[in-house]
Order: sequence, then C-alpha cells, then structure tokens
Amino acid sequence: MNYEHAQVHVEPGVLGYAKRWLFTTNHKDIGTMYLWFSLIMFFIGGAAAMLIRAELFKPGYVLVQPEFFNQLITMHGIIMIFGALMPAFVGFANWMIPIMIGAPDMAMPRMNNWSFWILPVAGSILLSTAFMKGGAPNFGWTFYAPLSTTYGPDSTDFFIFALHLMGISSILGSINIIATILNLRAPGMTLLRMPLFCWTWLITAFLIISVMPVLAGAVTMVLADRHLGTSFFNAGGGGDPILFQHIFWFFGHPEVYIIILPAFGIISEIIPTFSRKKLFGYYSMVLAIAAIAILSFTVWAHHMFLTGMPNTGEIFFMYLTMLIAVPTGVKVFNWVSTMFKGELTFETPMLYAIAFIILFTLGGFTGVMLSIAPADFQYHDSYFVVAHFHYVMVAGSLMAIFGGVYYWLPKWTGHMYSETLGKLHFWLTMISFNITFFPMHFVGLAGMPRRIPDYALQFTEFNMLSSIGSFTLGLSQFVFLYVIIKTIKGGKKATAQVWDGAEGLTWEIPSPAPYHSFTTPPYIPPESSPHHA
Amino acid sequence: MAALFVKILLLLGIPTQVLANLTINMPVGVTDVSQKIYTLHMLVFCICVGIGVVVFGIMFYAIIFHRRAAGHKAVKFHEHKTLEIFWTIIPFIILVVMAIPATKTILEMDDTQDSDLTIKITGFMWRWQYEYIGTKVSFMSDLSTPYEQIINRAEKDEHYLREVNNRLVLPINKKIRFLMTGNDVIHSWWVSDLGVKKDAVPGFINETWARINKVGVYRGQCAELCGARHGFMPIVVEAVSEADFATWLQAQQLAAEQEQPAHSAPATQTAPAPIPAAPATTPNTPAPDAPASAPSPNIQTPAPIAPVPSPNAPTAAHEAAVSPPAPALDAPAQISPVQTEQDKK
Repeated sequence: MNYEHAQVHVEPGVLGYAKRWLFTTNHKDIGTMYLWFSLIMFFIGGAAAMLIRAELFKPGYVLVQPEFFNQLITMHGIIMIFGALMPAFVGFANWMIPIMIGAPDMAMPRMNNWSFWILPVAGSILLSTAFMKGGAPNFGWTFYAPLSTTYGPDSTDFFIFALHLMGISSILGSINIIATILNLRAPGMTLLRMPLFCWTWLITAFLIISVMPVLAGAVTMVLADRHLGTSFFNAGGGGDPILFQHIFWFFGHPEVYIIILPAFGIISEIIPTFSRKKLFGYYSMVLAIAAIAILSFTVWAHHMFLTGMPNTGEIFFMYLTMLIAVPTGVKVFNWVSTMFKGELTFETPMLYAIAFIILFTLGGFTGVMLSIAPADFQYHDSYFVVAHFHYVMVAGSLMAIFGGVYYWLPKWTGHMYSETLGKLHFWLTMISFNITFFPMHFVGLAGMPRRIPDYALQFTEFNMLSSIGSFTLGLSQFVFLYVIIKTIKGGKKATAQVWDGAEGLTWEIPSPAPYHSFTTPPYIPPESSPHHA
Repeated sequence: MAALFVKILLLLGIPTQVLANLTINMPVGVTDVSQKIYTLHMLVFCICVGIGVVVFGIMFYAIIFHRRAAGHKAVKFHEHKTLEIFWTIIPFIILVVMAIPATKTILEMDDTQDSDLTIKITGFMWRWQYEYIGTKVSFMSDLSTPYEQIINRAEKDEHYLREVNNRLVLPINKKIRFLMTGNDVIHSWWVSDLGVKKDAVPGFINETWARINKVGVYRGQCAELCGARHGFMPIVVEAVSEADFATWLQAQQLAAEQEQPAHSAPATQTAPAPIPAAPATTPNTPAPDAPASAPSPNIQTPAPIAPVPSPNAPTAAHEAAVSPPAPALDAPAQISPVQTEQDKK
C-alpha cells in the first residue's frame, strides 16, 4: 500500500501547532491526546494518593487535617476513575479500533474531536474545586447523600458539572466506537473475526451509554436537592438517602466493568502474541464478556448489603454477584490455556499481562469473598474492600494499560522502547504494588475502616508498610514517563510486525502507523481471523 | 457437601484460630453469628486458595516449561469444547457449595424476633447515642482520647481512638436487638467481635441483633464516611454478666429518676452527658488550638439521663430522645430527625 499522502499537514508556528491539535479529527491524534490526558491525570491522582499514604504513615496527625484528607480521598478516586483509567482506554480504542478493523478513521471524526476536548475542560473544573472556598468535595467519590447534599461544600456544584461533562464525553465517545465497529469494518472482517479488543470495547460502549445517563440523573438529583428544594434523598421531605445509593450503584457497578472489560481486551491481544498461539476459546471469550456485561446490571445492591435491605434482596444480589465468577473464571482459564504449550517469551507487555492475570485473579477471589453477604457484613467499608478494588483497578486495569502501552508503543512511535527500562518499570511496579496493597487485606480483616485519617495502634505496622510501598510505586512511574519520552524521541527502528508472534491488520501497516492508514479498505481473508486454526 | 467443607475447616480449627489472633485475619468474635461468619470466611478463603493453587500451578508450569528459552515450540490448538464446558460447570458447583451456608447464615442474621432487650443506636456527627428501650437510660458516647495524643503531643494510649467516655453496657447470653438510625448523615455501627455492622440511616430504622457469649470489652468504630471526624467516633461495648447488667441498669434508672424532678427542662433535652463535664477533651472540638484539658474519665460514669415530662409516658422519652440538641460543633443544622418510632416494647 502507498502511504505517501498519509502525512499530517501542519501550518508553521505556534498557532499552526495549536490548530493541528485543537482541530484534529484524526483518530490517531485524538487517541494520543486521550492517552496524554490520562497520563497527566494519573500523576495528579497519584500525588493525591501519596498524600493520603503520608498521612496514614503513622497514627496521629502527620501531614494533613481530616477535612483535607477527605478531600484527598474524593479527588483521588474521581481523578483516577474518570480522569486516568477511562480516558486511557478510550485512547486505546481511538488508536487501535480503526486499525484493527481496517477502517480509515472513526465513524464520526468531528464528534470524536469534541468528545476529547470536553475532557480537559471537565478535568480543569474538577481540579479547580481544590482552590475554592470551603475546599474540594469531601464525601468520597461515591458522594453519598446526605453528606453530599445537605452537608456538601459549595464546590459540590462544580463537581456535579464536571461529572456531567465527563459523562457527555464518554457517551459521545462510546457512540462513535459503536458506530465505527458496526459500520466501518473492512470486507471480510465479520464481527466474529474481530480482534477481541474490539469486542470488549463494543460491549463496554453499550455499557457506557446505558449507565452514564443514570449517573447524570443521580448528580442532577443531588443538584436539585441542594438548590431547588427537592427531597429526593432527604427523609425529612419524604425522600430516601438509600435511593441515592441505588441510583449511584446502578451506574457504579457497570462502571467497574467499563474499566475492566477493555483491559481484558488488551490482555487478550498480548497473551497470544507472546505465546505464538491463537487465543484459546475465542467464542467463549466473547460470550463471557457479554455475560459479564449483562450480569453487571443485576448486581448493584451488593454494595448496599448493610443499608437494611430485606433478606430476599440480600440473597438475590448475593447469588447474582457470585454468578459473575463463572464467566470471569472462563476468561482466566482461557488465558492460561493460551499460554499452555505455547512458545513463551517475556517482553515487558507479556510480563504485565502475566502480572495482570495473577493479581486480577486475586482481586477476583476477594470479590467472591465479598459477594458472600454474611461475610460482607464484616468486610464492608473496611480496608479489605480497598485492597480488593485496588487489585482489580490497579493490578487489573492499570497494569493492562501499561502492558498495552509497551505493546503498541513501537507501532505508535516507530521506535522500540528500551526493554531494560521497561522491565525495570515492571518489576518496580509489581513489587511495590503488592507491598502497598497486600497488607490492606490484613488491616481490613482486623477491623480498620476505610476513609479514616487516623487509626488505632494495632494497625500501625501494616500501614507503614503500605505507605512505603506506595511511595515506591508512585516514584516508579517516572521511569514509565521517561521510557515513553525516550521512545518518542528515538530508538531502534521498529518493523511493521514489531513482535514476531503478532498477527492482524495492526501489524501489517508500517511502524509508525501512517497518519491515514486505510484509504482503501483491505480485504480480510478468513484464515487471518484470531480464531482460525 | 457444604457441611462437609465446614467440618474439614473445623478440623483445621487450630491453625485458623492462630491466624485470627495475629490480627491479620477476621476475629472469630464472641457471638454465634460472628463465629459462623468467620467459618464462612475461612471456607471461601480456602476454596479460593485451592483454585488459585491449581490455576497458577498450571500457569507457572507453562511459564517454566513452555517458553522459547527452554526450546519449546508452540502447539497449535485453540479450542476444546469438553474442557470449556467442564470449567464453566465446576465453578458453578463450587459457588452452590458456598451459597448454601451463606444463605443459612444471612437468614439467621436477619431474624431479630424474640429479643430480650432492645437498644436504640443513633449516629450523630460524630458520636453515638445509646438508648435502652423500655427504660429511661439513655446517653451519649464520645471519643475520650485526649486531643494531645492525636496531635502527637502526648504518648498514645493502648486503646488510642478506640476509647469512649460512656461505654455501651450489655448483658451476655441475651438476644439484644439493635435499632439503628442516623441523626444527620449515614453512619455505620461496626463491632467486628459481635459480627455486627449496620448502616445508621437518617430517617429510617435498621434492625440487627447479637447474643454475646463472653464477658469482655469489644471495640469498633464508625464504618461509613460521615464527614471530617469520621475516624473519631469509636464504639466500646462492655459485655457483663446478666446480674451485673441488672445492677448497672437499676443504678442508671435510679440516677435518671432522681435527676428528673430537679429540672423542669423541656422534653427535647436529652443530656449529652459528658460534654459540660469534660469540654475539649476530644477532637470534636474543631479548632486545632483548642485548649486540651484534663484527660477525660475513661470509666463508665453513670450518664445523666434525659428528663422526661411525665413518668407515666415512658415512650415519650424515646421519641424525645431522638432529637437531642445538636452537638456543639461546626455541623450544619440537622435535617430529618426520625419523627416516629414504632417500638415493639
């Protein structure tokens, strides 16, 4: 294929540079911007985490007052979920989906530009709350009423507006992804021949357009309760604080899968490449993703076992939550089977993928434990839960993102990254992650509640360990930043295929990927599908 | 099947007990329910460990023997129907094994009928109120850790942040029903030794129960983020023998009745006992430069009891006690106090 015209046209000067990024409708540009935005937010959210861990280094006030501590935990959660993890996956989707399915670009390129540029605005509004009178939101990322309604600081309204904007951005991005996958596949690329990453995103996009409006409803009701005299969540006016939790978790639980399903997709690309085998059980993988997505709508109240649910409710949500273990187990078994009798090599992306499988499975095990309603009465709102969801979000989603970045960085930049530095980053992250979060299981079981700025003496040792681990984890990420910048600037030239076991359209176009990859649709022969024998 | 697993676990009882004592595991606790929760927790934990050993074992086998460095060549296979059906059904069966004892326990935990004693617990920003329903005994329970300890100007006590001025005194071997509500925001009353955690939701009353098997002092704290002092509202339960409890309750009752004619205060005044007595001994005082004075009495002082308008209307006391004066803090005005209470006693 001839890529001579596949160049970006940039006017000279600062204005030209600004215009090139501000007005771009190119899926690769937008994907890049999503990924950079995510990285910046990741460092800001990480800084908040460092402050939290510094305060918790030992009992007594160490660094911050409890009021500010509550602002930190809120900002850390919101920034990491809406600023770092979700945009990173949208960035991957923008970059990779059109290439993987042989499309020239996303289906709606102008809307794509808009859905990105809403994000920095929303992110700025969110961060600006830290400088407002009364401080940033201080009720945790779950913003339970009445703490966020009657007792929320003034900045809550900005928090609500920022969430609205982020929701709009996600919905637009998802519509675009669905439209792209359903309409722009190259001839021969049937749905069931798509790389699994596309499948995970197709299903994730449907989850997003289903539940983001619910979040928008929740924040709007909070806004109305705060300023319009309604009493949705105020028992004094005939409302119900628990209603808020139902609405929030109807969004919040699928949100967990919105964050983990694309990670499954990335891992399902990496494992076959470095095992030199086709993905095991492609069809059951697709089925499992769909099953997880459907089940995710029916389990929200397992976050609410303590709110005084009738026991039929408790039993119903317990059973359905346990059921999620089945499709999730299928995925893990399939990954292990893909590796089995393969020809394994352990480049950085593969290391991250293996760490993902192990640590995500640990997070899954604690998930099964949490689903047992009677035991949840002890686990709930303790550090055990904190450990659980960091094993899923950090060791799951974030490690998949790291793996994906190392996997596709040569395709994006045309240069190989330094394998030594990549492995250094991996081992630092892997070890310090476990030092940080593994002890949290212990303090949680021993009775330490989450979201407290100070704690009883028996929790001291493990908290110190966690803090030391977290500082290492935070600082290690500068290695990541350095690797990325170094790879962009130069390095060994990458071949088109990059990895010797890599298959699919992504690895047939040159590295770096030309600005416009498929001006004429490629034909996909059946034997090149990810599950052809 | 499920019972068999539990029995195997009980056979393993000695190592798991040791684990519980190292405070790296859930406490076994002192109620039947907490012990059942613990067994369930260990059952699920052991099953997970078993699955983990098998799955990671196979994975590490592949990592060690099926790598290129070991000279292994990839074998082409990517489907195996029987295997895939097998590993869909087996986890399902394992889940059923877990679900049976879990269901039994949850049904037992929710059965608050036939209780011997009812305690109403109200969460405030940031303290707990305890009312012994059917008596006039009612008091506030505040953190008693001196502020100097929190700001590191004094050495921390053994029970730092887990000590209160007025303990919740409960009898052993009685089925105690807890009614929980919140005064302002949602709190959560958690004592892990009792296997009890329940949200205290403003405007609603939740129920749970405990039957304590052993005399002792059991500590916990608020588990639901409830604002700035969320980490500073501990719970201390003192479980005493039935006879001791009767004596204690009588003394409290007497104190309440003696105090009653002395005041002609309006019915809404439930005395939050320790506040005037020991001001600024807790971090509830918002100003960081507040003069922290004498250490608060960490003993169970009989709390002054709510004056009630008429001794003939004991239920009025309960209703009145629901809306005590706002704690003298920087908390915003309270909303939605519980208006009515259908108390069976």
